[in-house]
Amino acid sequence: MLLVLGRRLANVIPTLLAVVALVFLLFSVLPGSFISGMNEDGRSTIDPAVMERMRKEMGLDDPLVERFAKYVAATATGDLGTSFRTREPVTKMLAVRIWPSLKLVLAAMTFAILVGVTLGFLAALKPGSLIDTAAMVGAISGLSLSQFWFGLMLMYLFALKLQWLPSFGYGDGGLRNLILPAIALGVGPMALLARTTRAAVLDVLNADFVRTARSKGMSERRVVEWHVLRNALVLVITIVGLQFGSLMGQAVVVEKLFAWPGVGSLMVDSVFQRDMPTVQGCILMIVLFFLVINTLVDIAYVVIDPRIRYR
Amino acid sequence: MRKLAWLAVAAIAVIGAGAANAQQTPRKGGTLRMTAPYAASFGSLDPHVTPRAQDDIVGKALQRSLYNWDTAANKLTLELAKSVTASADGLTYTYKLRDDAFFHNGRKMTADDVIFSFTRIMDGSKGYPGARYVRLIKGAVDVEKGTAKEISGLKKIDDYTLEMTITDRVDPGYYFFGGSTAILPKEEVEKGNYASNPVGLGPFKFKEHIPGSRVSMERFDKFYKTGQPYLDKLEVLIMAEAAARDVAFRNKEIDTSILGPAQYVAYRADPQLSKGILEVAEMFTRSMHINLNSIKPFQDKRVRQAINYAIDSNLIISRLVKDKAYRATSWLPPSSAAFDKTMKPYPYDPEKAKKLLAEAGYPNGFEFEWTTSQNESWGLPIVEAVIPMLAKVGIKAKPKLVEVTVLTEILMKGDHQSLIASSLTGPDSLATLRCYYSKTPRTACNYTGFNNADFDKLLDDAAQEGDMAKRDEILKKANNLLYEEAPVWFFNYNKAVLAFQPWVHGLQPNPTEITHQYPENIWVDASSPAK
Repeated sequence: MLLVLGRRLANVIPTLLAVVALVFLLFSVLPGSFISGMNEDGRSTIDPAVMERMRKEMGLDDPLVERFAKYVAATATGDLGTSFRTREPVTKMLAVRIWPSLKLVLAAMTFAILVGVTLGFLAALKPGSLIDTAAMVGAISGLSLSQFWFGLMLMYLFALKLQWLPSFGYGDGGLRNLILPAIALGVGPMALLARTTRAAVLDVLNADFVRTARSKGMSERRVVEWHVLRNALVLVITIVGLQFGSLMGQAVVVEKLFAWPGVGSLMVDSVFQRDMPTVQGCILMIVLFFLVINTLVDIAYVVIDPRIRYR
Repeated sequence: MRKLAWLAVAAIAVIGAGAANAQQTPRKGGTLRMTAPYAASFGSLDPHVTPRAQDDIVGKALQRSLYNWDTAANKLTLELAKSVTASADGLTYTYKLRDDAFFHNGRKMTADDVIFSFTRIMDGSKGYPGARYVRLIKGAVDVEKGTAKEISGLKKIDDYTLEMTITDRVDPGYYFFGGSTAILPKEEVEKGNYASNPVGLGPFKFKEHIPGSRVSMERFDKFYKTGQPYLDKLEVLIMAEAAARDVAFRNKEIDTSILGPAQYVAYRADPQLSKGILEVAEMFTRSMHINLNSIKPFQDKRVRQAINYAIDSNLIISRLVKDKAYRATSWLPPSSAAFDKTMKPYPYDPEKAKKLLAEAGYPNGFEFEWTTSQNESWGLPIVEAVIPMLAKVGIKAKPKLVEVTVLTEILMKGDHQSLIASSLTGPDSLATLRCYYSKTPRTACNYTGFNNADFDKLLDDAAQEGDMAKRDEILKKANNLLYEEAPVWFFNYNKAVLAFQPWVHGLQPNPTEITHQYPENIWVDASSPAK
């Protein structure tokens, strides 16, 4: 267990460095600079001389490698820099965005697991049945849907027509405002999980040890609970982990559509304003989240399937 | 003709709204839920830090500046001063400040606060956007450069009397009415977390900010306008997606919304929604900036005029912009005092365009690069519609797509042959036209590299003229000359459209930016569903 954990953690730092370096490179070739965030409506709002002075003070005239080294050194101490746009520390801006983001991602994943795994499981137990066909049609539709379009449809149906839920916003941070964005975000992973669970369960149902269990006279319910579910879960957890980790990054569209105050909407605004320190901070946060979830998934493998321990 | 018709419709709509409001006594209480439609977050609640129009929606509620824009009279008016007198040379202004203006922390505003605020804005290490305005005051540049600590042109006579010496004969109101020059209390700013807890002089005091979601405010009972504000609470909700805003508005979750071209058509066609539409010709001119120093054909006035004749602007405005714009008949917008109402737009006349091109030595046309963003009203869709029109007269335009954020930087660097953008063209006509003054650097705003001695002389004369009516007459001539010289393709003036719920009253058709409402004038009926 410790070996797995240690190996995973050792991978985190080079991955983070590689991502930060990539973003640095991308921003150095993109047109626009911090000045973009200070102009609006076709008018420059900052004096060219002041602009040059600020550029120097911010160290933006330094070579890319030097800036990168400085950034990495500062990040190591927990200092993610100051936003060009708001003039506030990036850590402070991120701190208020993390909880809403986590809440949305957790809710979306809960929806995806509850609905997706249940549907996949039921479909696999009765392949070719009506429930199987319906579940798989739903899964393929869910995978093909655009989050933006689906989100709008949810708003239209549940807010405008049925008047059950608010169409947008954070409200008091409660469940009512969370449901629609969570479903919009969770529908893709839900569909993938339904398909994966179905395939995994079908695979295990045909395995030799299941046949053996059945031939020993074990009841179908016990076969499913003891053998099928546990073995199918390894593949399901892999998908859950990958989807869960990447959801924070995927939430950009949903957050903007529903005016949800997460890291994704902050990142979009910051990219458009060329607010480099904030973009870096957001990406760092999203990547870190992905890596942490993956590490937790690795640990979960070991708990569920003890054989992995000896690999 | 079409433009005039639309102006008439807009005027009727505005007058109608005003008349309806006038018949009712404002109701006290209630909550207004306005929308912030331009981005997924606010930049900052510190008005000195942010240059963004979206942030000023909240700023109008929390903060106040020396002047404000009186929408009803379409002119500047004193806000934090009761009176002002100007010296004979028009360079020294003595303000009798309000002695009844309180900050939200309960302290009275004095001349020290004005001096503190303007000095803070001139901190050169910060690059505050308001510096471009405060630079007008004598000695402000020295503070910006770090060679002085105080602005020599600001003198406190007593707590409520302030003397301001400026360097140019202009109306200082144009410089000190925006949120970027708001007056802030020193003690609150120096606490170091002003953006998280803004304290201002506005009609509403700060309650809560959920970054990326909303700002909530409450009525400030010590606001200096008696009986105002009417509302108990004001919420500004971030809604950057037009489609989501539409659902929320129809679902009565928001009280105001900004409409894009597609929604404008749908709302006008709806019998109920069409009753709550406020329109105004904003002070933004959409145009294709022609970089006169980029390729040879652009140096010839006849070529630039030919471009204006070759494009059927009316067709594009009606089909693509869905009539959510007014045809541009000059650089200055119709709300400008220097706007010439007798001016006619360039007619669509491809034959004349061909003739002008032939006279200029380009009978077979020429090729140029056209930088554009993806904006639906003044970006790629418009460029794509214009390309075949120009091709008809032999001009080949090659579009170059960039992000909207970097347009100004490209203009400042001169990295373009032509570029389509929306430019702020008011309310200060002199400052607006100075963007074509030969001594104005490209980095300031002379994006076309325009250089015309007659135009320069007119602007010099206007700057010297102390009588504002006479100055406007001179500026009118300069504006007309600019139209004749055609350093841009004059496309349209933005028609800003704000949808409002039937229970909302007192909204103002503010031509400087329709989302910038002075919320102390707004009230809601008891039928409002907002708690």
